[in-house]
Amino acid sequence: MRKLSLENINKLFAAVAEDKTLYLPVDQSDGSAKYSKWAEGTVWSNALNTVRSPKDLFFPQTEDLMEFKTEGKNIEVIDIRKESEDFVIFGVRACDVKSFEVLDRVFLSEPVDSYYASRREHAVIVSLACSRPSETCFCTTFGIDAINPEGDVSAWKTATDIYFKANTEKGEEFLASIEALTEESDDTAVNEQKAKTADIMKKLPLADLTTDSFGGGKTEELWNNPVWDEFSQTCLGCGTCTFVCPTCQCYDIKDFDTGNGVIRYRCWDSCMYSEFTRMAHGNNRLTQKERFRQRFMHKLVYYPENNGGLFSCVGCGRCLSKCPISMNIAKVMRKIGGDK
Amino acid sequence: MNMREDTLIPKVGVITDVRIDTPDIKTFRVVTPDGKKAFDHRPGQCAMLSIPGVGEAMFSITSSPTNTEYMEFSIKKCGCVTEWLHQAEVGQQLTIRGPYGNPFPVDDVFAGKNMLFIAGGVGLAPLRSVINYCRHYRDRYGDIDIVYGSRSKDDLLDYKEIIEEWSNDAGVKVHLTIDNPQEGWNGHVGFVPNYVKELNFDTNKTAVLCGPPIMIKFTLEGLCSMGFDKTQIYTTLELRMKCGVGKCGRCNVGSKYVCKDGPVFRCDELDELPDEY
Repeated sequence: MRKLSLENINKLFAAVAEDKTLYLPVDQSDGSAKYSKWAEGTVWSNALNTVRSPKDLFFPQTEDLMEFKTEGKNIEVIDIRKESEDFVIFGVRACDVKSFEVLDRVFLSEPVDSYYASRREHAVIVSLACSRPSETCFCTTFGIDAINPEGDVSAWKTATDIYFKANTEKGEEFLASIEALTEESDDTAVNEQKAKTADIMKKLPLADLTTDSFGGGKTEELWNNPVWDEFSQTCLGCGTCTFVCPTCQCYDIKDFDTGNGVIRYRCWDSCMYSEFTRMAHGNNRLTQKERFRQRFMHKLVYYPENNGGLFSCVGCGRCLSKCPISMNIAKVMRKIGGDK
Repeated sequence: MNMREDTLIPKVGVITDVRIDTPDIKTFRVVTPDGKKAFDHRPGQCAMLSIPGVGEAMFSITSSPTNTEYMEFSIKKCGCVTEWLHQAEVGQQLTIRGPYGNPFPVDDVFAGKNMLFIAGGVGLAPLRSVINYCRHYRDRYGDIDIVYGSRSKDDLLDYKEIIEEWSNDAGVKVHLTIDNPQEGWNGHVGFVPNYVKELNFDTNKTAVLCGPPIMIKFTLEGLCSMGFDKTQIYTTLELRMKCGVGKCGRCNVGSKYVCKDGPVFRCDELDELPDEY
């Protein structure tokens, strides 16, 4: 385990940023935190997590895919892809690290999405263990260990120091690159903090939430559950939950005429929107009830059915704190699983 | 650049023929600019066609893979992309990518079987690929029955090919029907599901259905009441799609993605999906 005094954290950031772009949570003027590019003077946020998840860095909200030039009846397709630059995402929480695995199974399965893959290959993920989990946290429900986050490098922050442990070859390289700034340390302080956090985790309001009622093969059982009628009544269909969700990956592809050619881009889309499935011959999800059901069934039943039991929710709690009508996946799971 | 190929990046195609089939359906012949077929496909597979600046949409490939020179798409005018295509002329370029989805099991399950094809309206487009594949390898299949219905005589797709080629093939019976009586039409009048019941087919056939959802629903019920098992009946679905490879999430029904796990499904497989297609 390598240790660095927090007094010197900016020296570490400066060293990392010398040859790689560094992203880390930074406080915004509205009080929220956001993954931002580090530059001299940037202050690393103390916030538990960012409002928007780090999925943006692999799967941006909008990205240009290709360009076309048209002349008369002729079309030229222009491949505008560029290999991603090397970058480091620093301070990723355990839930968000897990979300990358959920996204990987979509974008890196054949045929591989080259846009996502390039960013993924060029990224080093430095995770950060939680020490002050919030009442909206429920990562443990999905078997995620907030005090032992995955990633290329795992980090633990105490009041005075930060500790690093490499988990992958990329992680070893990262630690080697900052070796001069860090010193070897035992894990006493880290273990003390882990024990304290584990105690807090046990007392969280959602600590007893389980996935027992969910998983692959449950479609028939859950399809006609009255929860879909009841809970979708107040759903505004705003899509906020899908936009802040680290695992939501549905997208749209659209064309933009620049006046000097056409850019084909993709952007996040949401199964909560009425247009999502609308086509020339009709719409297979006509009401918000059907769209609402799709989102939760996908995360809790369909996705695990196709991915060896892995759920497409990581319990980050963003949808709990951001839904304008305070509806969320935890409520749905509680209702279906039986109120406790 | 050394990035891997990406299925989202299409090839350029060029329209080399436009056939007016019905008042709202045209059949477009497409090749690459150097005159070749854009890619190989199997009967029942689809391709994404696009006009940059207008949009991209998924279409079934109506020509048989045994046609090695070009691909054909029978397209009904019903939205942005299709309206644009309908005003396109020969020589117009477009983009094409694919093939997408699973084909009909023509070489294993269908081999040696008597085939019953049932189509309504533009639903003949995906079936024409299989029908012409079976006609090409005629000795691999038993008797072939084709039931095809449309709103009117003028709405029958591929009419010339049906009358001049399909109807003259040995062991191929074509049963045409239109919804309402019409001057100059001496054939059957009535909806497809009822006509199928009237024809009272022997159940020693493998059936392939495609048409409007309501036609599929009632025809399927009819076939089952005649004694067909759902494992003998295949259909092909259509939902909104963007990527074509199970990533954009749009055509997700239950744990399946119609673009990559379909569009061809056996009807008993559909029973396992939630009723949302």
